[in-house]
Amino acid sequence: MSDLLYMVLVAPFKDMAGSPAFLVEVLIGGVFAGLMYSLVALGFVLIYKASGVFNFAQGVMVLFAALTLVGLLERGAPVVVALALTAAVMVGLAYAIERVVLRPLVNQPQIILFMATIGLNFFLEGFGEMAWGANVKKLDIGIPDRSFIVRGVQINELELTAAVTAAVLVTLLALFFQTTRIGLALRAVADDHEAALSIGIPLKTIWVVVWSVAGVVAIVAGLMWGAKSGVQFSLSLIALKALPVLILGGFESVPGAIVGGLIIGVGEKLGEVYWGPLVGGAIENWFAYVLALAFLLVRPQGLFGEKIIERV
Amino acid sequence: MTLRAVLVGILALTVVAGPSVARVQAAGEIFIPLLVYRTGPYAPNGIPIANGASDYFTLVNERDGGINTVKIAFEECEDQYDTKQGVECYERLKAKNPVLVNPYSTGITYQLIPKAPVDKIVVHSMGYGMTATADGRWFPWVFNFPMTYWSQASAFVKYVAQQEGGMDKLKGKKIAHIFHNSPYGKEANPTLEDLARRHAFELTLLAVDHPGQEQKATWLQIRRLNPDWIYISGWGVMNQVAVKEAGSIGVKMDRVVGNWWTGTETDVIPAGDAAKGYKSMAFTAPGAEFKVHQDIFKHVYDKGKGAYGNDRAKVGEVLYNRMVVNAMLNVEAIRTAMTKYGNKPLTGEQVRWGFENLNITDKRLEELGMKGMMRPLRVTCENHEGNGLAFVQQWDGKKWNVVSDWIEPIRDVVRPKLEAEAVAEAKKLNYTMRDCAKEK
Amino acid sequence: MIYREAGRFKTSYASDQAIFPIVQDRVFVRAAVVAAFVVPPLVAGDYWLQAILIPFLIYALAAIGLNLLTGYAGQLSLGTGGFMAVGAYSAFKLTTAFPRLSIIAVFLLSGLAAAAIGLLFGIPSLRIKGFYLAVATLAAQFFLIWLFNKVAWFTNYASSGTITAPDRTVLGVTVTGPNATAAARYVMALAFVTVFALVAKNLVRGRIGRSWMAIRDRDIAAEIIGVRPLRTKLLAFGISSFYCGVAGAELVFLYLGSAETLAFDINQSFLVLFMVIIGGLGSVLGSFLGAAFIILLPIFLTRLPHSLGLIMSVALQKQIELMIFGGLILFFLIVEPHGLARLWQIGKEKLRLWPFPH
Repeated sequence: MSDLLYMVLVAPFKDMAGSPAFLVEVLIGGVFAGLMYSLVALGFVLIYKASGVFNFAQGVMVLFAALTLVGLLERGAPVVVALALTAAVMVGLAYAIERVVLRPLVNQPQIILFMATIGLNFFLEGFGEMAWGANVKKLDIGIPDRSFIVRGVQINELELTAAVTAAVLVTLLALFFQTTRIGLALRAVADDHEAALSIGIPLKTIWVVVWSVAGVVAIVAGLMWGAKSGVQFSLSLIALKALPVLILGGFESVPGAIVGGLIIGVGEKLGEVYWGPLVGGAIENWFAYVLALAFLLVRPQGLFGEKIIERV
Repeated sequence: MTLRAVLVGILALTVVAGPSVARVQAAGEIFIPLLVYRTGPYAPNGIPIANGASDYFTLVNERDGGINTVKIAFEECEDQYDTKQGVECYERLKAKNPVLVNPYSTGITYQLIPKAPVDKIVVHSMGYGMTATADGRWFPWVFNFPMTYWSQASAFVKYVAQQEGGMDKLKGKKIAHIFHNSPYGKEANPTLEDLARRHAFELTLLAVDHPGQEQKATWLQIRRLNPDWIYISGWGVMNQVAVKEAGSIGVKMDRVVGNWWTGTETDVIPAGDAAKGYKSMAFTAPGAEFKVHQDIFKHVYDKGKGAYGNDRAKVGEVLYNRMVVNAMLNVEAIRTAMTKYGNKPLTGEQVRWGFENLNITDKRLEELGMKGMMRPLRVTCENHEGNGLAFVQQWDGKKWNVVSDWIEPIRDVVRPKLEAEAVAEAKKLNYTMRDCAKEK
Repeated sequence: MIYREAGRFKTSYASDQAIFPIVQDRVFVRAAVVAAFVVPPLVAGDYWLQAILIPFLIYALAAIGLNLLTGYAGQLSLGTGGFMAVGAYSAFKLTTAFPRLSIIAVFLLSGLAAAAIGLLFGIPSLRIKGFYLAVATLAAQFFLIWLFNKVAWFTNYASSGTITAPDRTVLGVTVTGPNATAAARYVMALAFVTVFALVAKNLVRGRIGRSWMAIRDRDIAAEIIGVRPLRTKLLAFGISSFYCGVAGAELVFLYLGSAETLAFDINQSFLVLFMVIIGGLGSVLGSFLGAAFIILLPIFLTRLPHSLGLIMSVALQKQIELMIFGGLILFFLIVEPHGLARLWQIGKEKLRLWPFPH
């Protein structure tokens, strides 16, 4: 018994103290991985915030964006043009979604809207594959995938780029929300649909804008994840990695997505590297959810989520 | 209201029209169902596999007019590598009286193993599926020649020993096995553990959770461990990410060896140049320079019947060639059965005899235009794994090249364990052992 | 004309409380159940039974289970696959450890095992609500699958890591394992789903069901009028998991025959949730309709081009199928957000007045 306690409670920490450089590497790995999750989680947050929809199709949107981008690049479009065209496609998609899905389902319960995004998910899966094929495609965006070593700590350039991108993206989004007129309108809509409508904010336009922004975020997420594994169907599965981040940070909070990502990323890497071997490894997936669950038990609305006020 | 009427209409149509029962196979043909996955997360592997089968069967029909003039009828069914869809496909195509099935998915193979003797349909899981079924005394209906995962793992260890300069040099070496956390991924573990004990090398097992898009923690552990050799058992996106991570943390790529499902063109694409030097096990040679490929171009592609259409560059890829060999083995097994039962459409039981008495000689391989693509193979009643050999191939940045001799697995280690395992698996199904001496 | 209640009076409490108060309904349901037991085993081929009807019945059972939790008690759960796995692995362990134990008892006991695990993972529901809870139940899903994969004891140390259904008999007929006929397995699955649908129907109109709905509609209000949230929510988790556990055991024993943990992955949880939403939240009938929709429609769509005489590659066919399937889900939700069960109800209303609607 005491052996077991030692293995669980003491040995991992001794291990950490024993090789600090490696610990730093694990922490950095966790931070980078976490920011990659945040990129995906951001898309969920934006949409949930403005339209109250839990968008199951976010993962497929990431895939679809990446497929479109790489498809255009393969056909010889320059990077800038391809990016612009992909953004245009995502805006078009946002417009179509507003028209076909959101507008007819306005005022329906959340779970119905959730189900609707599942329909959307199936549609995009089929459509994306039909349009661009099912093969793995290399996404070359000019970021070298090399590592350099700083004081014995290995850092991967691609991951560093992704982390910086995520940081920049969040800052831009924060500025967009805080300073622009549309941002103000978005926040108003997020607070109260009907009140926003009554003071003349065009709800439909706002939805298109939000879904478009989420589409652009999906492009960035697709870029980063696509650079890692190649652009392929499995990209749509990364949504599952973003869910614990989302609950931990709170559904409505952009900074929450980032902080949540960091906690989940670092937590699951530490868990897998130091405690995983005790139970045979591969604990990352459920560990992230259990970690999120532990936080939820303390704060049921997530770290930065809106406080739930209950009345009868 | 009208929309609602449309809705009711669709529902009614679905129920009424529903899945009609498949038409019965035309007489005079042998039917082979093809469970394929050309869509979904595993499609990058599924497409070359499906095309290899389609092209070879078309070749046999076009060039030879079928197997000894009995035409092969084959039909694809899309299962997305999903077990339940695979079962639906199997049940649907069963109505056409197939004689054999290549499931090409671990999950579906497990489904079909208990069904095979009941449905009288041979299951050929070439280099995958359940290792224990290699003991034909317990599993008469299932074949996994030319090799099993366990034999493969032992061949890998032998290869490492060769590179290090002998089995005695294995002592103290560090070998890491990175595996997909599923029954498939774990297959190699018992063999590796056994060999680690015998040859005193240090084995570390690192599981990667499905689907394996995020492997940072695993590769951090590799970095700390700094193993001499790395063996990977992956599938799907896990492969691409693993090769990429290996490249980016700067391990020596020529000491990273994938198993034969972790070494295709697709797996090295995202890593780009970093994948140069990456190795994998294989039992069929890559490349389109064999005579059979010329035949495929001439009799299939020139007639516009090729599965790749005009895209001939993909003919000769690793998985394509593997499926061509798989299809060839299917055809030769049927041909073997015909020597006993005559040149006519056969039953599953007759084809089973053909599988069990399959003997592919070097001469036969040459006739088929596949000399060098695989080793001669002999299947017996006891040994459904056959006597296949493996080799190691290496990625040079453009294509896969063979870089080792054919390696004989360490059969005296693998076989006894396999037989013990077969007893355990067969017990679950209440099978009794048959006496191979009485089979003829 | 035929379907009319006029002139029928309820003269006793018993008739007022009947599950199907209208006599035509009663007759119809009874006839349908009898027909379901008799007709398919005699008429349907192996393909229909094995590939369509058996999975339909099993998923319907799981959907009823999830509907109790999500539709009636309002607790969103994505742990269904995990709870089904608990049922399947318990059934395997039980029947291999006690081969003489009746397979029916084995199924029920594995349901109880799943219920126990469900209770455990239901505890966070006291504090966490809505989508937060859904993602929290995913912790159960991922952990359970990992556990069954990791601990070899669950598969009796099989190197293949799979569980296989052995031959077991009920009243002398082999109902599980490779030697059981599809018809026998079908009847077994149907018997279970019939009994448990009846139980569910009775549960939801009794005290328990009413307290579930009170919690669903406004949990604080429910608490104030004396519904205890702890007991009520946990009961919902327990009973729902029991259903899912039995369905999971059936999935391996009556349908797949052998399975690895991948058969219970997260997609199963989503699939069952789709069935519940499409069929209609808070409706037992809806669970059946939803299961039929999700299982039948893709098969129908796959066969459609062939029946229309269109020749296309299987890949293209699948892609189009996915698109149409997704489109139809959207279409259904827009036309009838309350699910197929509501459609059924509307039909009944109309039939009542037919043929003189005014």
